[in-house]
Amino acid sequence: MTATVEAGPRAAAEAWRGFAGTCWRDRVDVRDFIQATYTPYDGDASFLTGPTDRTRAVWRKVCALFPEERRKGVLDVDAATPSTITSHRPGYIDRDRELIVGLQTDAPLRRAIMPNGGLRMVENGLKAYGYDVDPFVRRVFGTYRKTHNDGVFDAYTPSMRAARKAGIITGLPDAYGRGRIIGDYRRVALYGTDRLIAAKRAERALLDARPSTPDVIRDREELAEQLRALDELARMAASYGCDVTRPAATAHEAVQWLYLGFLAAVKEQNGAAMSLGRTSTFLDVYLQRDLDEGLIDETRAQELIDDFVIKLRIVRFLRTPEYDELFSGDPTWVTESIGGIGGDGRPLVTRTSFRYLQTLYNLGPAPEPNLTVLWSPRLPEGFKRFCAQVSIDTSAIQYESDELLRPRTGDDTAIACCVSAMAVGRQMQFFGARVNLAKALLYAINGGRDEMTGEQVAPAMPALEGEYLAYEDLSAAYDRMLDWLAETYVETLNVIHYMHDKYAYERVEMALHDHPVHRFMACGIAGLSVAADSLSAIKYARVKVVRDASGLAVDYEVEGEFPAYGNNEDRVDALAAGLVRSFMAKAREHPTYRDAEHTQSVLTITSNVVYGKHTGNTPDGRRAGAPFAPGANPMNGRDRHGVAASALSVAKLPYDAARDGISLTTTITPEGLGHDPAERAGHLVGILDAYMAADGFHMNVNILDRTTLADAMEHPEKYPELTVRVSGYAVNFVRLTREQQLDVISRTFHGAL
Amino acid sequence: MNTTVEPVTGRVHSWDLSTGVDGPGTRFVLFVSGCPLRCLYCANPDTWHLRDGERATVDEVMAEIEKYRPFLTTAGGGVTLTGGEALLQPAFTAALLRRCKELGLHTALDTSGFLGARATDELLTDTDLVLLDIKSFDVGTYRRLTGGDLAPTLSFAARLDRIGLPVWIRYVLVPGWTDDPEAVDGLGAFLAGLGNVDRVDVLPFHKLGARKYDALGIPFPLRDTPTPGPGLTERVREQFREHGLRAL
Repeated sequence: MTATVEAGPRAAAEAWRGFAGTCWRDRVDVRDFIQATYTPYDGDASFLTGPTDRTRAVWRKVCALFPEERRKGVLDVDAATPSTITSHRPGYIDRDRELIVGLQTDAPLRRAIMPNGGLRMVENGLKAYGYDVDPFVRRVFGTYRKTHNDGVFDAYTPSMRAARKAGIITGLPDAYGRGRIIGDYRRVALYGTDRLIAAKRAERALLDARPSTPDVIRDREELAEQLRALDELARMAASYGCDVTRPAATAHEAVQWLYLGFLAAVKEQNGAAMSLGRTSTFLDVYLQRDLDEGLIDETRAQELIDDFVIKLRIVRFLRTPEYDELFSGDPTWVTESIGGIGGDGRPLVTRTSFRYLQTLYNLGPAPEPNLTVLWSPRLPEGFKRFCAQVSIDTSAIQYESDELLRPRTGDDTAIACCVSAMAVGRQMQFFGARVNLAKALLYAINGGRDEMTGEQVAPAMPALEGEYLAYEDLSAAYDRMLDWLAETYVETLNVIHYMHDKYAYERVEMALHDHPVHRFMACGIAGLSVAADSLSAIKYARVKVVRDASGLAVDYEVEGEFPAYGNNEDRVDALAAGLVRSFMAKAREHPTYRDAEHTQSVLTITSNVVYGKHTGNTPDGRRAGAPFAPGANPMNGRDRHGVAASALSVAKLPYDAARDGISLTTTITPEGLGHDPAERAGHLVGILDAYMAADGFHMNVNILDRTTLADAMEHPEKYPELTVRVSGYAVNFVRLTREQQLDVISRTFHGAL
Repeated sequence: MNTTVEPVTGRVHSWDLSTGVDGPGTRFVLFVSGCPLRCLYCANPDTWHLRDGERATVDEVMAEIEKYRPFLTTAGGGVTLTGGEALLQPAFTAALLRRCKELGLHTALDTSGFLGARATDELLTDTDLVLLDIKSFDVGTYRRLTGGDLAPTLSFAARLDRIGLPVWIRYVLVPGWTDDPEAVDGLGAFLAGLGNVDRVDVLPFHKLGARKYDALGIPFPLRDTPTPGPGLTERVREQFREHGLRAL
């Protein structure tokens, strides 16, 4: 808990005029503030306004930069200045017109370098885009200042390196920022940094009273860094003429202060996902007060949100081409969670929840910010219909079950990245990427040898013998293999996060958390549908093994039929659910760094393509190199009974064994939602209600025709805005690699004849 | 009341879940096998023969449907029986409809009406909505297009009107076959005289079934027939609207 501090200075009285509630005044507690003050909205979208000329002008200026950025990969990089909160002079898009100010560097889309995560990543990124590495930067980070990446490789064991190299554990944040930490940026607006600093000092005082054990020493050092970061945030804000030491007194200031808090984070960290949190209903309190006081009208309210969203759309990090191969489309996962229901049963939907979604019309569809609706059948009908309509028009929204989230992480939960839930400002996670369950199955068959290289990666175990695979033998061998994998995996994550805390600590993000914070160790699995279908084939059909001269099983012949995951068939769905439970249980057996609570995700983002490339033939009949299905999706084309059957298979995966999220990406053709366009939104609402009522966790909804995508591959210039939801986030379709585009097109499109 | 339906079996082609195209909401759509008509534009030639279906008991089918009950109910949908021609196996169809009603599911029967006389009053009592496919309103065209007579369909339509069972009309628009303004107008006038027609779905002819013909080694008669453009589709919808019908 945050320690109580004296009520703020006089500035607070003015800033908090008219706000109800008391608890939030005495301690840092944004959730309590929202509950005490917000105005639920149960109407429809008819109050919304379109973009003003000012908004259009600012957005046009940014859009004019996109073609060059797309062509070159990056528009520009400041290669000489390691980024900190205060490293760059203020930058503007259009100083006279911008309402919300602040850029990561001194110019829009100019990327910064952040070598704390790893110098090699920075150097490779620069080289890939034709920039020279600055000698000063190289000297500092190559000689004097160790990076997270250096630290990790000092502590990796040979078996960790082997597992990483073979790609059975992969996507690890060991060379870049781990991300998936959401600072409670709302605190900057509600309290101002002076008050936050006072609260942090109080937390620190409690620590000073405790014996100096290694844990306490580390906490004290971290709090000292947090205090420093808050001070830097105030100085950076001052350079833009904003005094964030005091609370925001108007809606304009509230949006601006909140954004500056977020900006400090993205200036300092290039985390894989830099999510925003749950800000719309918080900001609505300020917008509503200004509307009530007659300070602004609806047009202005929407303008503030539009301008804010423009800023969120141009967050950029310098990545490497290899990184983009995994997570392409330049994602930043500025995820914003919208909607949901409060603990008292009132929907947390406000007019500003609508205003956020309206940006997809006012500025056009875009992948960022990653707009995420926390869905419940109990949400107001007007909001549900608007969400569905926006999905149909833009394919830019994802949905996560508020009914699963609220009882577990509370009604101030936000999603980091794609599907990772955490209570804002109270919980954080150690991002752990994922292991390849399909490859592990092949290791079980081959006694720990890699099916592509023949190398012994896992400890040698007896390889399965015989012409046909026997389910019982395989089951036992797979179980042993997963024991090894879970242990190696958790141990690897412990190394990574120890070093990340040490060398690339998220100072300002953690300054916007309570101390102590609750930590999750976010494990993950990929290849679930391949593994489940392979088990199904072995159990219900006959699978003959083809071995090479060295005895390595390299291919499989399936004789007979087997039920495939994705058709709401318990026989195979239970195998998938069993794998999720089993791997979670195995991970939990291994202690974590800082006693983080083990969780796991069934999520691949776009890396399903790369995982597939690095995995040999599998017993389900999948060919070597073919992409996996994304996330928890059934394999493409094997779900044969429509979106509901497919979704219900996924809904059977136990959320309590995958609390870091279960991702389902669906693509429905417009006709697949009904002949009559006017009925489609209602139908989509029905599907979402029914999926969530069946304990489905997450649904990415694409409403697209295959022909549109095929045309976009051939004529990208015609589709600069075409947005497609992939596993847990959205991308500009035209920015995907050709391989990934083909993967998206080959996915099941649920249509209608 | 007789609810003993255990021994009833039927021939089933397949099942699917669809949204907004086979009745309201998301629906479990059961395709039964066998059809007395041979519509030239048929998209499901693999359902023509009763013998090609797999034998299934009512219990087996209901076990599958039951898995979707909460989903269908929440999504505002239900179950649609289609084919083939569902009334070719009236006892099977009646038993399924009854069991669906017992589960509280909304039921729809998708039929050409050609075998409407085989539908018992009980069967229709268990039906919440009929999707009535009227292939043409011109007797000669109907025969050339389907191989059957129009009259049974029209008398079935009149019967549904008498008992007040809601109907959605399905009208497949095939250029050169069903776009004749007079025939459309005649159908519009006929439908306007019924009191139970909620809507008329004008469905543009498509050739997505062509691959099935290839696979079955049968010629697809309308392979060279063009699909209707939006202008023609809208004209036909407008014709129905002029009769006060809700055409989509």
